[in-house]
Amino acid sequence: MAEVAMTVNGAPVSAEVEGRTLLVEFLREGLGLTGTHVGCDTSQCGACVVQVNGMAVKSCTMFACEAEGAAVTTIEGMAGPDGTLGPIQAAFQEHHGLQCGFCTPGMVMSAASLLADVPKPSEAQVRTYLEGNLCRCTGYQNIVRAVMAASGQAVEERSQ
Amino acid sequence: MYDFELLRPNTIEAATKALLDEDAQALGGGQTLIPTMKQRLAQADTLVSLTSIPALQGVCIGDDGAVCIGAATTHAQVAKMAGVYPALAALAGQIGDPAVRNRGTIGGSLANNDPSACYPAAALASDAAILTPERRIDAADFFQGMFATDLEEGEIIIEVQFPVPLRAGYVKFAQPASRFALVGVFVAQFLDGVRVAVTGASEDGVFRWSAAEAALSSEFSAKALYDLTLSSEDFISDLHGSADYRAHLVKVMTGRAVTHAVS
Ligand SMILES: Cc1cc2nc3c(=O)[nH]c(=O)nc-3n(C[C@H](O)[C@H](O)[C@H](O)COP(=O)(O)OP(=O)(O)OC[C@H]3O[C@@H](n4cnc5c(N)ncnc54)[C@H](O)[C@@H]3O)c2cc1C
Ligand code: FES
Ligand code: FES
Repeated sequence: MAEVAMTVNGAPVSAEVEGRTLLVEFLREGLGLTGTHVGCDTSQCGACVVQVNGMAVKSCTMFACEAEGAAVTTIEGMAGPDGTLGPIQAAFQEHHGLQCGFCTPGMVMSAASLLADVPKPSEAQVRTYLEGNLCRCTGYQNIVRAVMAASGQAVEERSQ
Repeated sequence: MYDFELLRPNTIEAATKALLDEDAQALGGGQTLIPTMKQRLAQADTLVSLTSIPALQGVCIGDDGAVCIGAATTHAQVAKMAGVYPALAALAGQIGDPAVRNRGTIGGSLANNDPSACYPAAALASDAAILTPERRIDAADFFQGMFATDLEEGEIIIEVQFPVPLRAGYVKFAQPASRFALVGVFVAQFLDGVRVAVTGASEDGVFRWSAAEAALSSEFSAKALYDLTLSSEDFISDLHGSADYRAHLVKVMTGRAVTHAVS
């Protein structure tokens, strides 16, 4: 066991963890932040993406101890303190970027990293950046639309 | 995953010392090792993380013009150095996905020597040198078949030095589920000739395609490859592609890599 300290969504936290404790286990089981999902646990699906020092990482493929001293942001940190959705979350809702919602936390966190780097991405850039985030429901079309809208760019209305 | 002690030294000396223990193993970005440990295909009493060692981070240009990359430098960081060695930066920018690139390291990729990994092709085609605390290993001697390298037990890569070619290109045909190379080809043109390294195809891991090197050294264009055929003997055959299909892809990818290099 080792002591680990980091900030999660701006708040300092510390705990005793095992060497093998994954960051996602620490977040979900240690802190009760169950917004971060585990889809595959084999580093493939991106449902568990969080930001560590602003960078998108798969929290199922990083040990909690490796986040010592880091600033971690999870999906819970994207909404306002009163629960108001952040701009990317709101765009996902507005543009039907989710169905079951399982992939959504990872999608939103990856999208946030992209938009921090490239504020006005092209559609192709959005698709390439989200390559590691798998969605079994939506067919991606509306996810891409939501990210484009969140970047402040006009998106075509859905035709029926 | 079995439990272990995680050490995070911040000097090369401390890491090397901790790795003298035969039940200790190096941890780079964990993008291969952590999934492997979850499957209990790997196990260690101690993991020695190399990512907190400042001396293993970053990119510089050596006196001889070679690009020197610290072993714990992430794929995302290498992808940013387009001005220095564009083909290498482009290769790094195509590994996996952004989250994998934010953690995975060049040292981990080379040490692992996955037969479908991208960096081994760049190292072999560029005639790179792989440095450990004790010695300097030429890429030609470093890769020793699937998942095998010249590294001794506990020996770590600290830096990789890439001579920069006149022109180079890397093109991979990505296996769509894993995003590894079904076949990837790195072509590098130096003053004294062309080097072509192929990943993803052979059971023996990365290799040089000498017939293509000879043809491209006399004419550096995709056309020069038209008459070549490549034997698929000892090529990987799996549900993603047969050996013959891979042999065909090698030729197509080599042509595309040349076209990239000249454009
Ligand atoms: C979804 C996904 C997609 C991927 N796609 C690709 C791809 O397209 N192309 C590609 O090439 N790779 C791909 N990878 C693999 C990725 O590049 C890994 O980062 C890389 O193979 C291992 O690097 P690492 O730093 O994560 O090493 P780790 O996983 O930490 O370690 C791997 C091995 O190397 C050893 N090691 C680590 N660092 C050193 C060192 N400095 N010296 C000696 N030994 C060391 C470890 O002990 C271990 O045995 C992918 C991985 C994932 C999860
Ligand atoms: S749960 Fe981490 S990548 Fe799927
Ligand atoms: S909305 Fe169901 S997995 Fe994406």
